[in-house]
Amino acid sequence: MKQSTFYSPSSSGLDLSELRAQFPILKRSMRGKRFSYLDNSATSLKPEMVIAAEQRYYTELSANIHRGVYEFSEQATVEYDQAREKLARFVGAGRNGSIIFTKGTTESVNLVAYGWARKFLGPGDELVTTEIEHHANLVPWQEACKATGASLRFIPVDPDGSLRLDELDEVITERTKLVAVTAMSNVTGYMPDLSRIIEAAHAQGALVLVDGAQYVSHHPVNVSSLDCDFLVFSGHKMCGPTGVGVLYAKNEILEQMDPLIYGGDMVTKVRRDQAVYKPLPDKFEGGTPNIAGVLALSAAVDFLSEIGMQRIAEHEHGLLEYMVERAELVDDLVSYGPTELGVRGGIFSFNYGDVHPHDAGALLDQEGVAVRTGFHCAQPLMRVFGVTGTVRASVYLYNTTDDIDALIDGLKRIKDVFG
Amino acid sequence: MSLEADLYQEIILENYRSKKNRRRIESATLQAEGANPSCGDDLELFLSVHDGIIVDAAYDGVGCSICCASANLLCDSLHGRSIGEARSILEGFKGMLLEDSVPEFADDISDLEAMQGVKHYPVRIKCALLAWNTLEGLLDGVQ
Repeated sequence: MKQSTFYSPSSSGLDLSELRAQFPILKRSMRGKRFSYLDNSATSLKPEMVIAAEQRYYTELSANIHRGVYEFSEQATVEYDQAREKLARFVGAGRNGSIIFTKGTTESVNLVAYGWARKFLGPGDELVTTEIEHHANLVPWQEACKATGASLRFIPVDPDGSLRLDELDEVITERTKLVAVTAMSNVTGYMPDLSRIIEAAHAQGALVLVDGAQYVSHHPVNVSSLDCDFLVFSGHKMCGPTGVGVLYAKNEILEQMDPLIYGGDMVTKVRRDQAVYKPLPDKFEGGTPNIAGVLALSAAVDFLSEIGMQRIAEHEHGLLEYMVERAELVDDLVSYGPTELGVRGGIFSFNYGDVHPHDAGALLDQEGVAVRTGFHCAQPLMRVFGVTGTVRASVYLYNTTDDIDALIDGLKRIKDVFG
Repeated sequence: MSLEADLYQEIILENYRSKKNRRRIESATLQAEGANPSCGDDLELFLSVHDGIIVDAAYDGVGCSICCASANLLCDSLHGRSIGEARSILEGFKGMLLEDSVPEFADDISDLEAMQGVKHYPVRIKCALLAWNTLEGLLDGVQ
């Protein structure tokens, strides 16, 4: 395999060695080799300051929020509320929208599926999604349709996994009440033209939910100019901890929605037979939230903002181009997704010869390379590609061309075993 | 310990590539599907049982090398055996991977021991056991 240098990490202006030094796990080796982490679509690594923020809550505050009258509880409450404001600024939410903390993207989707869709959809209504969605942005809608009698429709998909947006008008009609679409495919990195979809939906009076699980951690986002009605994403894919996620939604919609979780901390008055709920956003956050996780996510936002989302996006795009160019020189490697890289984030899915993805992944692991193998919670898209699974390499701000070289060079070991 | 020595030994790769038992038996008397939802491996297992003896066994479907090699070995090991013998082979195989027990397979099916190395790779045990768990379901339905 020919070595080539198409991309220099310095072109994005990131000091990679300084950045990488902030991620303790990058000091580890895996299977005795340099650790090449290329499974960022599954979860990101965590920098020291995020880990420290999570620990600091337990060592310095450790108090519940919204309840105590003592100093540490007040401080925890203030910091929790500040985290909400920080997340709002991070995604460009104006005064007309709110941030609701959940345990992740999946819960955020379910909150809308239960609190909005099941309340407002009925027979004759249509919910539009796509075949490129993660199961988290499909299964809740299947169930909501079953429960309400609404129908599920799909924006047509091309064989390369991109959406046929010129046929939007045939799918999004006056019967459409909600369009649920990903901002970036977790299999191919394909990023559909959201503005076009949102415009078409709003023209028919439909709301739009954007699954930002893969996008928000890698690109600048502004929900106010995008004008989406809901945005869902996870903390753990953006250098934050597991167990915390976000639902952004417009306030006028949140006001009409029902909570998903009922109980303490979301009520103002409770009598034997009924209760009055708190105003936004608290009515959606019943029970003690993941306070440590929210404070650590807040630190993650500081970390990302300091670097700059645009620089992160540019760095990853450079890595994607490098990966594609190196992969093109490998015989028997088939990749998936649009060939136009301008519409793709830093995800590269492929198969190598007729080697099963799990076998490929297991041998790459021996080379210290962490990739994801299988159907990536996107079985409908696997059917579009006519495969049962793929090997997926996905990059983040700390990846370098060395990681991609380790992946491509690791293919040799697969060839040695499977011929 | 290397992956090539434990998992991808020649005997396993041969069984993975073998097409001998990779087919459907249209006249099968027992048939069941098994899937690992986390990885998408999906097999169908076919047995032809006559007078309590397994006269033919085959599998079809998709799976990784470990999954398919194990299924191929399973089919080979069942040819000509009684349901009772099949149960004891199944028990021996699962014990070998799940309980660290020392396998005592008959000489003609000692190739099954090649799968022993899989136990060092916890995430692959389910690959090796897919066909066997499917067999277990089939045998549980036989009186």
